[in-house]
Amino acid sequence: FFQYCLSGHPTLPCNVLKFKSTTIMLDCGLDMTSTLNFLPLPLVQSPRLSKLPGWVLKDGSTFLDKELKECSGHVFVDSVPEFCLPETELLDLSTVDVILISNYHCMMALPYITEYTGFTGTVYATEPTVQIGRLLMEELVNSIERVPKAQSASMWKNKEVQRLLPAPLKDAVEVSMWRKCYTMPEVNAALSKIQLVGYSQKIELFGAVQVTPLSSGYALGSSNWIIQSHYEKVSYVSGSSLLTTHPQPMDQASLKNSDVLILTGLTQIPTANPDGMVGEFCSNLAMTVRNGGNVLVPCYPSGVIYDLLECLYQYIDSAGLSNVPFYFISPVANSSLEFSQIFAEWLCHNKQTKVYLPEPPFPHAELIQTNKLKHYPSIHGDFSNDFKQPCVVFTGHPSLRFGDVVHFMELWGKSSLNTVIFTEPDFSYLDALAPYQPLAMKCVYCPIDTRLNFIQVSKLLKEVQPLHVVCPEQYTQPPPTQSHRTDLMIDCQPPAMSYHRAEVLTLPYKRRYEKIEIMPDLADSLVPLEIKPGISLATVSAVLHTKDNKHVLQLPPKPPQPPASKKRKRVSDDVPECKSLKPLLSGSIPVDQFVQTLEKHGFSDVKVEDTAKGHIVLLQEAETLIQLEEDSTHIICDNDEPLRVKLRDLVLKFLQKF
Amino acid sequence: MPEIKVTPLGAGQDVGRSCILVSIAGKNVMLDCGMHMGYNDDRRFPDFSYITQNGRLTDFLDCVIISHFHLDHCGALPYFSEMVGYDGPIYMTHPTKAICPILLEDYRKITVDKKGETNFFTSQMIKDCMKKVVAVHLHQTVQVDEELEIKAYYAGHVLGAAMFQIKVGCESVVYTGDYNMTPDRHLGAAWIDKCRPDLLITESTYATTIRDSKRCRERDFLKKVHETVERGGKVLIPVFALGRAQELCILLETFWERMNLKAPIYFSTGLTEKANHYYKLFITWTNQKIRKTFVQRNMFEFKHIKAFDRAFADNPGPMVVFATPGMLHAGQSLQIFRKWAGNEKNMVIMPGYCVQGTVGHKILSGQRKLEMEGRQILEVKMQVEYMSFSAHADAKGIMQLIRQAEPSNVLLVHGEAKKMEFLKQKIEQEFHVSCFMPANGETTTILTNPCIPVDISLGLLKRETAIGPVPDAKKPKLMHGSLLMKDNSFRLVSPEQALKELGLAEHQLRFTCRVHIQDPRKEHETVLRVYNHLKGILKDYSVQHLPDGSITVESILIQATAHSEDQGTKVLLVSWTYQDEELGSYLTSLLKKGLPQST
Repeated sequence: FFQYCLSGHPTLPCNVLKFKSTTIMLDCGLDMTSTLNFLPLPLVQSPRLSKLPGWVLKDGSTFLDKELKECSGHVFVDSVPEFCLPETELLDLSTVDVILISNYHCMMALPYITEYTGFTGTVYATEPTVQIGRLLMEELVNSIERVPKAQSASMWKNKEVQRLLPAPLKDAVEVSMWRKCYTMPEVNAALSKIQLVGYSQKIELFGAVQVTPLSSGYALGSSNWIIQSHYEKVSYVSGSSLLTTHPQPMDQASLKNSDVLILTGLTQIPTANPDGMVGEFCSNLAMTVRNGGNVLVPCYPSGVIYDLLECLYQYIDSAGLSNVPFYFISPVANSSLEFSQIFAEWLCHNKQTKVYLPEPPFPHAELIQTNKLKHYPSIHGDFSNDFKQPCVVFTGHPSLRFGDVVHFMELWGKSSLNTVIFTEPDFSYLDALAPYQPLAMKCVYCPIDTRLNFIQVSKLLKEVQPLHVVCPEQYTQPPPTQSHRTDLMIDCQPPAMSYHRAEVLTLPYKRRYEKIEIMPDLADSLVPLEIKPGISLATVSAVLHTKDNKHVLQLPPKPPQPPASKKRKRVSDDVPECKSLKPLLSGSIPVDQFVQTLEKHGFSDVKVEDTAKGHIVLLQEAETLIQLEEDSTHIICDNDEPLRVKLRDLVLKFLQKF
Repeated sequence: MPEIKVTPLGAGQDVGRSCILVSIAGKNVMLDCGMHMGYNDDRRFPDFSYITQNGRLTDFLDCVIISHFHLDHCGALPYFSEMVGYDGPIYMTHPTKAICPILLEDYRKITVDKKGETNFFTSQMIKDCMKKVVAVHLHQTVQVDEELEIKAYYAGHVLGAAMFQIKVGCESVVYTGDYNMTPDRHLGAAWIDKCRPDLLITESTYATTIRDSKRCRERDFLKKVHETVERGGKVLIPVFALGRAQELCILLETFWERMNLKAPIYFSTGLTEKANHYYKLFITWTNQKIRKTFVQRNMFEFKHIKAFDRAFADNPGPMVVFATPGMLHAGQSLQIFRKWAGNEKNMVIMPGYCVQGTVGHKILSGQRKLEMEGRQILEVKMQVEYMSFSAHADAKGIMQLIRQAEPSNVLLVHGEAKKMEFLKQKIEQEFHVSCFMPANGETTTILTNPCIPVDISLGLLKRETAIGPVPDAKKPKLMHGSLLMKDNSFRLVSPEQALKELGLAEHQLRFTCRVHIQDPRKEHETVLRVYNHLKGILKDYSVQHLPDGSITVESILIQATAHSEDQGTKVLLVSWTYQDEELGSYLTSLLKKGLPQST
């Protein structure tokens, strides 16, 4: 049992598990923090960005000034943004049998895996995961493709050159592996390989392994996975939440009795309380708007935005914001809002109950109906006619490197009346803002990460009691910026096994049993004997059939009757075919009863002598000697086969077979 | 031998009041809990006293499963749980859980408020009953208790309709509820995997029908509606609020749009708006096409179909009205029918099955003079058309499902005895499985022969598989092990391990045989001859000549000594343990024949 760790990002994991005879990939997260090293892609020509000076080396050489630009002391690559893929060299990815997806954020590398590695297997994910994952990919592809960039920088990636660059470019890992965004046809091809599954659905893989998704409470359709055979159980916990937001609550009970629990996707902001952050979000938003400023919320098109809209729905009237327009701009804004309303079965209990009425589960339906919330595919078209300020705009991408958000940063950045509120925890907001500096607009950081914090993790581990915990190395030490906070790490016994990118772990458990089925007719033929009180035993001689990793024991076929009239065969034909095993024997032979039995069977001249360890039984006429000891019997006789067989069978009567 | 027992309390050789008891491996499950549309007395509900005379139902039943929201499958549920008394779990899918209480409330209103019956379940009882419902996802394995698990499959009959697999250990039953094997305009087709249940309980409404293509039926339907409207007639389509209604609405909506027709289409009852809402919110349960396009255009937002007001029935000019209920046995559809029946320009289209005793059934069987309440005679002059739009599998579909699931036995319910008989023969002929069709109250017993799962030690299994694949099918390799049985655990381990675990010592049984052979040569030469002889014959065995002068064949030891009296005779001592019995016995008989002359 091995685990190949292909991603070093703890919340965007990609691990491959070799479990029994199957190769299972757990998630394929795409690390997009790499895009922070690139210049933003403006939708409208930006004089500011295009006038940035090229970067000059300390020695004055300018050969990189086309590729690298400098902005407020930071250096950016002027090129189509690129992503950091999971490791593809650690093992042959064409041997991956299945990919299990835990939530829509953890599938963004899927097209790179399914379309470029010779992958021929199946991907399993829930319906909301697939639908919303598709929306996220669509938005990503759309926002990059609609701003074609002529330049594709590659010189800076040269190892010799990269060494000379300032941080963080200098320290960026595996830049040679960074890839441009995939295309829609690749997305469609990748998604077509997905098979939809429901929570608690047991999926058999090759008869050897069973995988089951469980609700993880983090997002619509988000799941943890149980990977088990009859005797081993691995729980894969990825992106789980115990907070009551919109998704179905986390299923913790089913994680019990795991041999190994792989723990990824904990909160990225362990010190922030999501509820407090939502409160801050609302008050900052209200303050800005009251002062006549605009609010920009860089966000993903699904997920926390549903909760934010719900909070605002309850908040706006009391805060006197009823007349402020809310805009949601994304090529998939409409789809996301519509899809959120049809996944009743994947929602928390309260929302499910609403559907039974029947009412839409999310109140954003009402916000849309009352025209308080408007959604647009992009800033072009209808939006430019309807656009009224001050307003609140929700739009992507949270990295601030592409998407409509770039436009609003350029438009509103110069005024201190406006505020940008960061709610998504995936990107450092300071890094995200770097290419927009100097900036006059206010920046508020309210990261909302509902995933498990360390207190919840330790409670969870106490509750489900896994034998071993495996987690990314980041979780086994305090965060680098808060090294004194030893409470911000996983604490469990035995200590968690940690992994880092490109590492292969051997998982610590040993199989001892396997399931086998005994056919009914064979079962009928078994003769159980009670050996000890409550314990019975039956010897089984049967034929083993193995098919599709399932083992079945069948009654052995009756031996064919030896043809009676056949001529004598050559000696060598009679050589016993195979070393057919006789059962082991156990027990001891009481000498008196044995002698009685011998006499009953016609031996009249039985003599018994005592020895140090037992007895010797003599059959004088037959010149036969039987040594009886506690744990052994030795029959010494002439070559008289019928006699020997007779004695053998008499001895066997006293012994138990195993 | 283990057995599965099935007793229909309703739907045995009948349509209506579906309620089937199943006992499997000590678990009792009730499938559906329906009412009968054809009766107004005690017979409308299943006779639950059959289950237990004086004990509590909760003690006897492990769970109740409802396949879909039609009243003939869930109409008796509040009576059963609240009036007879059942507190155990009731399983149904989410859409069924959402819609079922609305239909129950509707049913209650008609019975109590309109017909004035007392001693019927109340609104509160419906609510209390629904609190006992556990909603299930498709394909989710629901663990009812440690042993009993159930799993829902898509049935395509109405929104949320499901087939259920009930499984205990390796024994299983599949109950189809009502299902449809061909996708229609709003639902997908039923699907099940090759789950090989011991028993498949299937509906058989259309046991003898093989329907023509759906397209023809649709064209026919549209043509009839169109012609009637063209000549200024009114069309009444009695439907149930949810199900066929939506399909036919989609059909007419697209037709009206395409043909640019102006005649109004109405949908009666306040349920409509609500019903369509359910379809919108549970769109994941509809067919592929609707799900794919719902963001752009929600098929359940109708432009041409408007809410009906009872005053509209007297409006002049053509119109199409969908009215509930579907069998013309009560309510608005019956009222409109009475108004329009006298005019031959009008038409009533019955799009589904009608239970015996209903007005729908009467006019479909050709009756044109109906006795209404108060001995009034209603003469039916309007045209009466029947179009099978019921989403039930036809004979072909039923056979197809059997092929998919590969059951060992089939049991027919929800159909008419005569038609069942025909289908039963067909099933037995084609699949060579037993097929049953019990009447209500009649118990069918099916013997099962389950495998016994045991744990085998990996060491033993590896030892067996390591020796290589079975080379010859005729001489399969035997595997030896000891099956340890303790409490309820069964473990198959190697004999050595069994001894060790039980703390027992092995008893060694050894044989030593004296074989006399004539050979005047020196002992070591005799030994060499024996060695060469054995080596020549036992090619597949390890035969060794040891430095101390003895020979081993595998673990069998052969030593030679001179005879004490006769120098020309040598005594070979052949010694083996019981485990080498066959080889040892063979060797002695081989050596007894003497050595070959020439060496």
